Amino acid sequence: MTTQDLYQQVIIEHHKKPRNFRKIDPASHHAEGFNPLCGDHLWVYMKINAAGVIEDISFEGDGCAISKASASMMTQNLKGKTVEEAKAIFSDFHKLVIGQLNPETEANVLGRLSIFSGIWKYPARVKCAALAWHTMNGALGRETTVSTE
Amino acid sequence: MNHAPKNNSLDLARIREDFPVLARTVRDGKGLVYLDNAATTLKPRPVLDAVYQHYAYGASNIHRGVHFLSEEATRLYEGARETVRRFINARETAEVIFTSGTTSAINLVAKTWGKKNIAAGDEVLITHMEHHANIVPWQMLREETGCVLKVAPINDRGELMMDEFEKLVSPRTKIVSVVYTSNSLGTINPARDIIRMARLHGAKVLLDAAQTVAHAKVDVRDLDCDFLVFSGHKLFATSGVGVLYGKRELLESMPPLMGGGDMIKTVTFEKTTYAGLPARLEAGTPAIGGAIGLGAAIDYVTAIGFDAIAAQEKDLLDYATGLMTEVPGVRLIGTAAAKASILSFIVDGVHPHDMGTLLDAEGVAVRAGHHCTQPVMQRFKVPATTRASFSFYNTRADADALARAVKKAIEVFA
Repeated sequence: MTTQDLYQQVIIEHHKKPRNFRKIDPASHHAEGFNPLCGDHLWVYMKINAAGVIEDISFEGDGCAISKASASMMTQNLKGKTVEEAKAIFSDFHKLVIGQLNPETEANVLGRLSIFSGIWKYPARVKCAALAWHTMNGALGRETTVSTE
Repeated sequence: MNHAPKNNSLDLARIREDFPVLARTVRDGKGLVYLDNAATTLKPRPVLDAVYQHYAYGASNIHRGVHFLSEEATRLYEGARETVRRFINARETAEVIFTSGTTSAINLVAKTWGKKNIAAGDEVLITHMEHHANIVPWQMLREETGCVLKVAPINDRGELMMDEFEKLVSPRTKIVSVVYTSNSLGTINPARDIIRMARLHGAKVLLDAAQTVAHAKVDVRDLDCDFLVFSGHKLFATSGVGVLYGKRELLESMPPLMGGGDMIKTVTFEKTTYAGLPARLEAGTPAIGGAIGLGAAIDYVTAIGFDAIAAQEKDLLDYATGLMTEVPGVRLIGTAAAKASILSFIVDGVHPHDMGTLLDAEGVAVRAGHHCTQPVMQRFKVPATTRASFSFYNTRADADALARAVKKAIEVFA
C-alpha cells in the first residue's frame, strides 16, 4: 500500500462531505472520543431501538481526513444493523487496522470498509482510523469518554 | 574533520558526509529530507565514534574503579563536563550537572529548589509558549505547595508581550521559567530583558535552552541566568543526556532529588552525608557514553562555529519562508521578528497529520501535531500544525523539496 492508496478518492470525498455529520438529540447512546496525541476529537451518537437495531447513527467533531472518513463510512455502514452485528464489524475493523486481518484472503464482514486495509503500515495513523469505532464501541458500553491513549 | 568555514559559508557537501543518515533513502527510494531537527538533531560521525569508542574499548564505570579503564572513563566523562562548562561559559564545572535531558533538568529544579524556596501564594512565571516540560513540573509544584502559576501572554506573531510580562513580575515572583527559543513557533525570546525584569524583583530565572544551544552561542555568565537547561540529543549528541547549569550557591542549596550511589560522602544506617557538587545531584551511574558524546558534539559545532551556523540557518529560514508564503492556502504560525529556523504552518482543508503523512511519502520528514505545546495551539485556534525545522546541514534543495511536497499534498485534497 502506498500513501496514494491511503488517500484514495473515497477517503478524500468522505472527508470533504462527511455523511451523517450531525447531532442526534436525544440519542439513546453517545460518547466522546479523543486522540490526545494528535488532538482528534469527535462525538458519536446513536438511536438504538428496543429490538437492538441501530435506527440512526451520526458523528460530529474535528480531525484528519483518515479519522473523519472512517467515522463517516462507519455511520453509513452501521445504520440499520443490529448491535450484535455492529460489534462483529467493530471486531473485524479493529483486526484490519492493526494488520491482523487480510480482507483478500480471510472471511470478514467489512465490505467497503476494507478500504482501510494497509493502514497498519502507518502505525502513527492507525488510531486515526480507529477513533470513531472505539468511540462507537464505548457508546454501546455506556462509556461517556473514550481515549485512544 | 575541521569544517571551519571561510567567510561564513559552509562546505555543505563535506558537512553532510559527516551525518551517515543523510545518505539513507526512505519510503521506496526517496532521498531523506530531514526537517525534524527541533524534535531531534542528527548525529555526526565524531559523536557516534566517541560513543562507540567508549563502549567498545573503554566500557568502564566512572568514579569508583581504581583500574585503568575506569580512570580513563572518569577522565573522559569529567572532560565532557569541562567541555560543557566552556561551551556555556560557566564559572566552574561544579555548576554543570548532567541530567537525562531538559525535562529531567527542569523537574530537578522544580522539585528541589522550587520545593524549598516556593511557598503558598508565591508565584512562578512562565509564558504561553512553553513546552509541556516547562508547564507540568510547575503545576505539580503548585499542587504540592499552593503556589500560583502565572502565564505571560503572546501576540499574534507568537512573540512574548513584554509589557504584559513586565507587569506580571512582582516581589511575589520567585522564579521566571521561560523558553529561550520556542519549539513550535521558532520565537527567540529576549532573554536579557526577561532576566533584567526578573532581577528588579529578586526573582530567579531558568532558561529552557533546548532549542537554542544548537543554533546560537549561549553564555550563562553574560546572560546572568540562574539556571539554564538543555538536551544533548537536540545538540547532535545521543538521547539520554542533558545539562542543568545552575549558579553554585543555588545548586548547593538544593537538596538532592535522588539518593543513591555516587552522591554520598559516607553512609551508615543512622546517617548519610552527601557529596559535593556536582556528584550530589547525579545519583547512580549516568549516561557515560552519552556525556562523552555530548562533549564530542560540542567540539564538532564549535569547530564549525556559530557565526557560520547562524548565517546558514538564517538563509534557510528566509528562503523557506519565501517559498512557503507563495504556496496558496499556507498560513505560517509563528512569525516573530526574532526567529529560529522553525517553520510551523497550517493549510486550509488539509489536517497537519495528513500533511505529515503526505510529506513523508515524498521523503520529507517533519513533525505534525501540537509539539508538546498545546496552549500555543489553543492560542492560535488550531488543533495542530505541521512543523519543518532546519539545521545547518540542511540545504536550499531541502526547502525546495518541502515546498514541492506541500503543493503536491494540497493537490491530493483539491
